[in-house]
Amino acid sequence: MSADIAQVLQLAINGMAIGAIYALVALGLVLTYKATEVLNFAHGDVLMASSFVGWGLIVGLGWPFWLAALATVAIAAALRWLIDARVMRVIVGQPQFAGVMLTIAIAFMLRGLVSMSFGPESRTYPTPWTNQKTQLGTLVIADLSLVIIAAAMLITLVLFWFLRKTALGVAIQAASQNQLAAYLNGIRVKRLTSMVWAISGGIAAVCGLLLAPIALVDIGLWIVVLKALAAVVLGGFGSIPGAILGGLLLGVIEQFAGVYLPDGFKDAMAYLVLIGVLILWPRGLLGEAHGRRV
Amino acid sequence: MRFHFDISYRDSHSLLRYRAGQLAYAVLVLALLVAPWLLPKYYVGEMSYVFIMCIASLGLMVLVGYTGQVSLGHAAFLAIGAYTHTWLLAQGVPLLLSMGLAASFTAAIGLVIGLPAIRVSGLYLAMVTLAFAILTEHTIGHWDSVTGGFSGLSVGKPLLLGFDLSALRPFYYLCLAVLVLVLLGLVNLMRSQTGRAFRGVRDSEAAAFSLGIWVAGYKVLAFVLSALVMGLAGALLAHHVRFLSPEGFALILSLELVLMVTIGGLGSLRGAIFGAILISMLPTFISRIKPMLPEQISRQFGLEIFVFGLVLALFVLFEPKGINGRWIKFKTFLETFPLYRQDMFKRGKTYMKSERYK
Repeated sequence: MSADIAQVLQLAINGMAIGAIYALVALGLVLTYKATEVLNFAHGDVLMASSFVGWGLIVGLGWPFWLAALATVAIAAALRWLIDARVMRVIVGQPQFAGVMLTIAIAFMLRGLVSMSFGPESRTYPTPWTNQKTQLGTLVIADLSLVIIAAAMLITLVLFWFLRKTALGVAIQAASQNQLAAYLNGIRVKRLTSMVWAISGGIAAVCGLLLAPIALVDIGLWIVVLKALAAVVLGGFGSIPGAILGGLLLGVIEQFAGVYLPDGFKDAMAYLVLIGVLILWPRGLLGEAHGRRV
Repeated sequence: MRFHFDISYRDSHSLLRYRAGQLAYAVLVLALLVAPWLLPKYYVGEMSYVFIMCIASLGLMVLVGYTGQVSLGHAAFLAIGAYTHTWLLAQGVPLLLSMGLAASFTAAIGLVIGLPAIRVSGLYLAMVTLAFAILTEHTIGHWDSVTGGFSGLSVGKPLLLGFDLSALRPFYYLCLAVLVLVLLGLVNLMRSQTGRAFRGVRDSEAAAFSLGIWVAGYKVLAFVLSALVMGLAGALLAHHVRFLSPEGFALILSLELVLMVTIGGLGSLRGAIFGAILISMLPTFISRIKPMLPEQISRQFGLEIFVFGLVLALFVLFEPKGINGRWIKFKTFLETFPLYRQDMFKRGKTYMKSERYK
């Protein structure tokens, strides 16, 4: 009996670790969606590209982990700032479909660039926590999982504080609720929008750096954005706390599906959740009751 | 300059009104008919593939271009059509019947997907179809007994009344015939009441509804129609690739299809054809110019996807109406020759349709 409970706990912890990554990716998606109403399909490729950049800095140039991590986050944020200010802004005012297609185009280009400059092989890099474990009662937890969960919590808290308590954060919220009104109140909407894109890019870089030691630095890493979409939908589209909750839940669901359901369900689970929630329960866990204007 | 004179009712109904258009299409048809005898063998096979992609692109255009429902997972319907057709052929069903049944079955699946799609729209629909495509790929991979799983499934020969159509030229004509049939059918359907209803639903659901158009019904009909055409394309594709595996219908194929309709120009069947030709020829073209590029770039395999992304980005940024839009501008320039103005097609200011609730 206790063995069962231990297994359930172990699965829950593992699920939380991977779910924390989903939650962070989902958070990045929701941030840009709220600011510009663009669903950023290039998010996963920024994540993938930054894990490659991280590998290049750590293994290629031999930088220490923390310095490389900081540099990677800065590069990703700068890249995303440029993408918003120079590319996405051109299509403001066009239908949503244009945004979807443009981010898909950017995703393709990033994927092509990464595979042209780094080559298609998978690789890995050492972190300060690689191969270390913590014993908690009967549970064995990889330190990396703990770090991921901690990082996710930290980022969420900092972001929460930033958006609620600082003048800049409140301005960002205002701009995302009503751009014109915010602009008339003296908020520099364009700059703030780019800033949101940059913040979301920085979060993507953190995800990339944390995910790569578990899942290898690989071109296929971008696929996590699809899982994050499921998390966003599960949590309620456009809700930041919902994205976090949805991500964590999805990670746990996947782990349990891998053990208790037949072979093949683990990978398909996220998409089943996505379709199921959208059709049966479009509001999600914490979504606002949303109607549409005619 | 050209002036419009109708001297009989038939004038306003005919597909090709002017002598010039009739002549141009006659030349095109003739050229396509003799092409396989003049072109090198490699290009004959390549053109069959282009025709198949044209059919698929037309199918997606009905959904995305005419009813404004974005599907990011249409490769799933191709896969369903291809696998159904292959399975039916293996059971001994004759070619044409099998193609028809495969298309009907795909249409039925389209109905199943289309029904819940009434409830979701816009981005949500894009996500549902994306997930559906991934799930279909998974299902094909794990359903060994019917689909052969990841190890694949070989496709039977296309036999029509005892003739083997699997050689290059017969297969070329088969694809061309199906393409022409699908194109004629869709052209006529899109200018009929149904097509006008589709466009009404695309441009404003509320306005369409208040004009008495059954919005939900037409949305589902578009899904079914699109899936039907996709099923046909899938059946032909099965014969083109000759060996089916789930990787052949991966997400990238769905995105390529969406690329075709976007780059071609949403809301026009001609655009679907243009886009399909461009996108399905692009890999061949890239492999052609690779030897001319510096070795550093050409040996990398990410080049293709980079070029796809670049082409798509350029079109979205600078020519949202696609190749067809460019073509119309060019034609208008010729037709109104000395009177063409620079701002004739200038985009009016549009405001983003917000999904936010205020």
